[in-house]
Amino acid sequence: MKQLQTLSTLAWRNLWRNYRRTLIMTSAIALGVWAMIFMTAMLRGMMADMITQGVNNLPGHIQLHHPEYRADPSIVNRFAPPGDELLEQLNQADIKSWSARVRVPAVIASERASRGVNLIGVDPAEPLPLDGNLLKDGRSLETESDRGLIMGAKLAERLETRLGKRVVLMSQDPDNNVVDRGFRVVGIFESELSATEENQVYAGRATLQKMLRMDQKISELVILTEEQRLLQPTVERLAQSAPHLEVLPWYELDRFLGTSVETFDGFSMVFIVVIFLALSFGLVNTLVMAIFERTREIGLMQALGMTPASICVQILLEAMMLLLIGLLVGNALVLLSLHSIKDGLDISGVAEGMALMGAGSVLKPALHTLDVIRANGVVLVLGIVACALPAWQASRLDPITTMNHT
Amino acid sequence: MNITLTLAWRNLWRHRRRTWLTVSAMVFCNVLLIFSIALQFGTYGLMIENSLKLFTGHLQIQHPKYLDSPKLHYSIDDAAKLQTQLQQELGENWALASRGMGFALVSSEERSFGIQVVGVEPGREPMVSSLPGLVKSGKYLPSAPTETIEIVIGRKIADNLKVELGDELTLLGSGRDGSFAAGIAIVTGIFDSGVSDIDRAMAQIPLDDFQTLFTMEQQVHSIVIQGSSAANADALQERLRQWRASHVKQSFAPVWQPRHWDELLPGVRQAIQSDIASSLFLYSILTLLVAFSVLNTQLMSVLERTREFGILSALGISPGQLGRLVMLETLLMASLGFALGVLLGAIIVYAISQVGISFPGMEEMHSRFNMPARIYPELSMLPLTLGPAVILVGSLLASLYPALRLQRLEPVAAMRAA
Repeated sequence: MKQLQTLSTLAWRNLWRNYRRTLIMTSAIALGVWAMIFMTAMLRGMMADMITQGVNNLPGHIQLHHPEYRADPSIVNRFAPPGDELLEQLNQADIKSWSARVRVPAVIASERASRGVNLIGVDPAEPLPLDGNLLKDGRSLETESDRGLIMGAKLAERLETRLGKRVVLMSQDPDNNVVDRGFRVVGIFESELSATEENQVYAGRATLQKMLRMDQKISELVILTEEQRLLQPTVERLAQSAPHLEVLPWYELDRFLGTSVETFDGFSMVFIVVIFLALSFGLVNTLVMAIFERTREIGLMQALGMTPASICVQILLEAMMLLLIGLLVGNALVLLSLHSIKDGLDISGVAEGMALMGAGSVLKPALHTLDVIRANGVVLVLGIVACALPAWQASRLDPITTMNHT
Repeated sequence: MNITLTLAWRNLWRHRRRTWLTVSAMVFCNVLLIFSIALQFGTYGLMIENSLKLFTGHLQIQHPKYLDSPKLHYSIDDAAKLQTQLQQELGENWALASRGMGFALVSSEERSFGIQVVGVEPGREPMVSSLPGLVKSGKYLPSAPTETIEIVIGRKIADNLKVELGDELTLLGSGRDGSFAAGIAIVTGIFDSGVSDIDRAMAQIPLDDFQTLFTMEQQVHSIVIQGSSAANADALQERLRQWRASHVKQSFAPVWQPRHWDELLPGVRQAIQSDIASSLFLYSILTLLVAFSVLNTQLMSVLERTREFGILSALGISPGQLGRLVMLETLLMASLGFALGVLLGAIIVYAISQVGISFPGMEEMHSRFNMPARIYPELSMLPLTLGPAVILVGSLLASLYPALRLQRLEPVAAMRAA
């Protein structure tokens, strides 16, 4: 123990014999670690945003449909509202909330123009009545038999209609008869994704069930869960109690989103390792130089009775201290830089490109403890591994030859 | 050989291991930059061309208001004459085709959906769009006029409507003059583009039928222009504006506007920009790390030679010459890193250009831009040298500090240094 203390003191002092070199290397390590964590936090933020938007857009973490509905989202593929067995499962603790909705394709017509839309029937008492979109004008739906209609700002513009005007919605009943009904526009919503603003309209669920002659039946059951990523147990449990329905989590409903999130972990690790490799050359170089300058000294120490193991440990301690200082500065930089953009980075200049990838126009960093540990761990562990060879070589030096070294 | 050059070269190898470690850092970053820039160049080119080729084209002539509010009545009058004039003006290298765009409720026996109906010139459309080539069952619209209206639709809409080839569809909409537009069309082809927005919500019919159906007379909504490369669109847009100035009476506001693909499909360029922004971050970090490495090496090498430099300046070599020596050493080292990096990078990119490359998740991403799942980057000069050149310059800048330190060298004190 006493020896280790001496070795640490030696290592610490050696580190500052050439303070310029140490400072340069510290800056390099700090920069590397900062880049690793900062970039991961930005990407995590973007991912979290994509998941939130994706879940809002679908909506829900898990959806239940008629098995044919996703291939053919029409009124024919409807199902009865949850029975007792399913209700019991839906009231378990891992499910935050759920809502039953009608969702069918329809044509909306104003006096001026007509468009194809998704007509969604919701009960405003249930969660996510507007799929997470914000009401901009007018009122929200009041009951499930509300006779009003809520549409996106962009759709209103396309149809040349506005709040208080009447529009006609046309769709089909289960027997393929065309049904239509007039609605008054009572609310206008805004969405981050322009496709949503153009394609979704919301009305009361009971109103639509009556218009579409589908009794109490619904098109989809939308579930919000407490957990975001590990949904398999919940999905299996629900599937058991609803054998006639298709139960799917968001990452299978939206394959693009699912694979993006899956590949993200891999990419962030590649990113961390690449930066580490670029860093490691400088690190090894610094250590090789430090050993080279002290060849004589190391020989002398050995001649005075220091064991090769102690020399190896001393050099590794020096490397570890160098790494730790760099990590400390790097992590401090991360906190500083993330604090300065904690309200998010405005990237609305490329909003439509981000929308294509499913993300919003403000990038909010998300710092996860695990990512911080991972980046620091990689640098510390791999850093010491990279230094092991020069340290070992130094401990193998022959005292006689090295002392003659000038 | 120049004596300074010999001196610099020999100095470099006094610490063989240090030099090689620094050069390795450069080679590593160079190879990485070459690889990812080549990949990006390949991807971006494909991304632009493929997403434009599908439907948008490189440029479209539209009514000035049509871009912001795509309505039936914002159309171009007497389009056939304009199209002929433009074709004469532009020559054979540019393909032109007119389109009308409307909205209709399309019904089969069982189902109805509201979709976009596009009126196209069947003979010309294949020259500006890849969609006609993606008809997987049946065939594309015939060039000769037919008695009945023929229609091609997307795979998904066909499934949703539950129709197959030869089935009848009813089209319902409103015409340009506000009248009721209705017609019956026979499904002659079903296309499968892989882009779900198009497969789910688009149908094409001959332009003549479209104009009759929507009471359009000789009007169209856009003239699509497709050339050899999207990069030529800027020049073409300018040329068309000039042509308009000299051929069309400017007594009122212009009756049509040439619209660049960037205006028609802003998402593509922005997706590329945000991708460039995030990779630029990685590239600058790598360059900075190499610069730190070089700074460290050169500073050490200058400090350990303080005595030597003291003697050299006592012998009459000016500080400027000493500084140039250090810079020359860096230049030699960086050139070595450049040469090895480019060589290795070229080998890797060449290998990938032969077998192609694909990442997990790339297929999903690429299908949004009508791109293949595997891409084959091309070996070309710019991506091969761009990254390494930046690293070279970064290394030289980093060694400025050690070189400038020498300007303050006091020969007597330096010679006494340990």
